[in-house]
Amino acid sequence: MIDGVIALYIFMLAAFTGYEVISRVPVILHTPLMSGSNFVHGIVLVGAMVALASAESTLVRVIGFIGVVLAAGNAVGGYVVTERMLKMFVTAGKRQAAGKKKEE
Amino acid sequence: MPSVSTETLTQLSYFVAAALFILGLKRMSSPVTAVSGVRWAGAGMLLATLATLAFMGASQFNLILVVAAIAIGGIIAWVSGKRVAMTDMPQMIALYNGMGGGAAAAIAAVELYRGGEQNLVHLTIATIGGLIGSVSFSGSLIAFAKLQGLITKSVRFSGQKIVNALILLAAVVFGVMIVIGQDAGLPVVSLFFACALLLGIAMTLPIGGADMPVVISLYNALTGLAVGFEGFVLDNAAMIIAGTVVGAAGTLLTQLMAKAMNRSLGNVLFANFGETSQAAAAGGAGGTQKPIEASDAGVMMAYSQKVIIVPGYGLAVAQAQHKVWELAQLLIDHGVQVRFAIHPVAGRMPGHMNVLLAEAGVPYDLISDIEEINSEFETADVALIIGANDVVNPDARTNKGSPIYGMPILNADKAKNVIVIKRGQGHGFSGIDNALFGLDQTRMLYGDAQAAVSQLIQAVKAAG
Repeated sequence: MIDGVIALYIFMLAAFTGYEVISRVPVILHTPLMSGSNFVHGIVLVGAMVALASAESTLVRVIGFIGVVLAAGNAVGGYVVTERMLKMFVTAGKRQAAGKKKEE
Repeated sequence: MPSVSTETLTQLSYFVAAALFILGLKRMSSPVTAVSGVRWAGAGMLLATLATLAFMGASQFNLILVVAAIAIGGIIAWVSGKRVAMTDMPQMIALYNGMGGGAAAAIAAVELYRGGEQNLVHLTIATIGGLIGSVSFSGSLIAFAKLQGLITKSVRFSGQKIVNALILLAAVVFGVMIVIGQDAGLPVVSLFFACALLLGIAMTLPIGGADMPVVISLYNALTGLAVGFEGFVLDNAAMIIAGTVVGAAGTLLTQLMAKAMNRSLGNVLFANFGETSQAAAAGGAGGTQKPIEASDAGVMMAYSQKVIIVPGYGLAVAQAQHKVWELAQLLIDHGVQVRFAIHPVAGRMPGHMNVLLAEAGVPYDLISDIEEINSEFETADVALIIGANDVVNPDARTNKGSPIYGMPILNADKAKNVIVIKRGQGHGFSGIDNALFGLDQTRMLYGDAQAAVSQLIQAVKAAG
């Protein structure tokens, strides 16, 4: 369905996009961002699901099953740790406001 | 077979997911919008997964297997992700990343074992993706084991590079056999994956702990690439786009990290630095280390105008982040201007220290990176170094014999006074002597970071 040449174009444009999106990131966000991009390639889950769904032999089922387990781990784990890290980034102003809210 | 309309719906969901991933990553690159960014990307992931589940047209048995596998992987990752301590985040990222690489390799394995693929381009891409994914999988697991302390030795032997090259060569040969042979069959495909997995292990074992973040970032990029390749094989545009975006972004991040550590990627992978203690002795640190009592140090800081705190990984190991923030707040109440100076490689990964400080409640506008803060050390009355070592070593500027020569450092030695909190008189993580400790204006406060900072808090309180 995706023609070879079209795929090449997609590769190229996506590569530039990835480079540009990240290039202005402050150092303070490097770890969460690495974690966030780690989450994004968790999309491999849909591929693993399709591979397992079309399995016809036991060998392929076993490999596909392992693939889906791993991919789900990548996606869910990547999301959980990224969100946990990012939630902690707060400015002084916001923190005071949040602190006041708690006191009330 | 799914009908045309469900196929269209699936493709549409992938399209939306890909857009959400890119927007999410974009939003994740600013602290103000970062949380919403990961949620957008998460919504995209959920949408794509649900659409796939609903429309992939599996047999009932396979469908049950898919749901069970998602439940197993998802629940384990959810629980471990919620529980992991912030200090252990780097190895957890390595682990999840390795799982993604493994999943990409599994897709390749399914394609190759099934055989019957006639398209030479598809076969080649599937094989390359399988190789990259497998290396990323086994390599990330080794990186995890090393950072987690499960493997403490770096395995090195002479001729190691040749052995690694031979393993790579073998993997390539089997890969070519798969592509040319079209339907290569079980033994060749199995040998191919065995070599690829072995390569990841062999590549990662000799790399020291200090270089591990760069390696994890590299494997993150590689997993992205493998996902993109397998996406091509499966005609899955969402995988191609997300995988390639991560591959490019991860490559850039890897370069940024390597640059911050003054290491080239080639160096990291092939030069066996990272935890050398034998190569370290270059250029003896001049001067003797002069100790100081916590009470004196506390008074000194309480009557300063400007204090710059330089936290390092030793701070995180001692779990002293909260205490340090308490100290900083006390000083701020005293009218002292307090800033946190973060070196790009403080912690175990660029930005890791920011996460640890954020966890303790330090607002990010008090935290400055190396470019912002370096000109300010000259006007600082006290530079307080807590558990940091190499990143404040002036040898990096002046001593050509030092292994870290040329690495950008925080200019803590320019401050009027320097107080170093340190466990003992030993070496830093990389085992290199630190010229800062012997300077005239430097005083050493020996002890566990948590205990020492507590004493400082008492001293500042007593001072006024």
